Amino acid sequence: MDIHAYLEEFEDIPGTRVYTAKRARAGYHLNQFAMSLMKAANRERWKVGERAYLDEWPLSEDQKLAVLARDYNRMLDLGGNIYFLSKIFSTDGIPFAEACSTMTDMTFPEYRQMMLDGGRSPEGNRSIKGKY
Amino acid sequence: MARITAGVGSSHVPLLGVAVDQGKSRDDYFGPIFAGYDWTREWEAAEKPDVVVLVYNDHASAFDASIIPTFAIGCGERYKPADEGWGPRPVPDVEGHADLAWHIAQCLILDDFDMTIINEMDVDHGLTVPLSMMFGQPDTWPCKVVPLAVNVVTYPVPSGNRCWALGEAIARAVASFPEDLNVQVWGTGGMSHQLQGPRAGLLNREWDNRFMDMLEADDDAVRHIPHIEYLRETGSEGIEMVMWLIMRGALGRKVRRLHRHYHIPCSNTAIGHIVLEPVE
Repeated sequence: MDIHAYLEEFEDIPGTRVYTAKRARAGYHLNQFAMSLMKAANRERWKVGERAYLDEWPLSEDQKLAVLARDYNRMLDLGGNIYFLSKIFSTDGIPFAEACSTMTDMTFPEYRQMMLDGGRSPEGNRSIKGKY
Repeated sequence: MARITAGVGSSHVPLLGVAVDQGKSRDDYFGPIFAGYDWTREWEAAEKPDVVVLVYNDHASAFDASIIPTFAIGCGERYKPADEGWGPRPVPDVEGHADLAWHIAQCLILDDFDMTIINEMDVDHGLTVPLSMMFGQPDTWPCKVVPLAVNVVTYPVPSGNRCWALGEAIARAVASFPEDLNVQVWGTGGMSHQLQGPRAGLLNREWDNRFMDMLEADDDAVRHIPHIEYLRETGSEGIEMVMWLIMRGALGRKVRRLHRHYHIPCSNTAIGHIVLEPVE
């Protein structure tokens, strides 16, 4: 298996950031920060002062701003993985589906209706180059 | 000797656990999902497996980003439900089968599968939701569990081919365990879903059902589906279905389908469920 060809194909999927080694490396501390919110004591400190809590972690300024803005697409771009980032929105008391909707061009009610109607169709959403 | 009597495939969406824990499993939203498991709950009550080898993935609960085992086997005596940010699920502790687990671990390593051995961990919804779906809400789980955690998050995740081969090796290991045990293998996760990015919400009923057709087939074509196909067709998290291939690989060449169920949606996810038994 040619690793370069394997990885290149991942960039051809519309609206998707596959969690590759490159992203895992860029996002290591971002994901570990998010993971720290699993502990109740950390959640309390986080709620008291988000910026101060973030400053304890070796994150880039871009990563910190993305977290403070709850810009999940930006966090994904900067190496975040959704299972780790879920600790941020669960601390905010936001359901998974609502957090997902913020990454799309839909409101939460629109997104929820799309799911009830059978979800987003794969048609036209499989390949950027192939347009299928 | 121990023997593998059946394989079960099932989604493990966390919201299903919430529905059980909050008594909502028969409401308008969840009712059709849970109705598809009624047959299985009765069947499991009659089958009374001694041990389930339960293939699942940890969702940033027991493992953080610091250590990422591709295949990890739980060899401990018992496991507690994990606190995933909302407090642990109110379900019984999971009792391990350390003798069988260590036996499988040793056999797999000698069979060229370099397993990570876990003695202590908490288990998250990936493992406890399938138990709730198959057994309901007992005071204690009616069987012991050998947890088998697979990395399906950080790429490259194991190939479908490797997962199938691991299932075959698990079957050989179980067959050489001297105690008379009724063992099932469960593959969990999926089916189509994408939880991230502008394409979030992707579901693919047609592909998911073709995948289940392939599991029922007498050939092993399904093991050769490449990662890119799962990603394009079933969303970024649909790759969890490679874990079903460990279950299928453990059943041998021919299987008989006993039960099958599919429902869209559960939150962001397509629910799939299948029960297979090996045919001599």
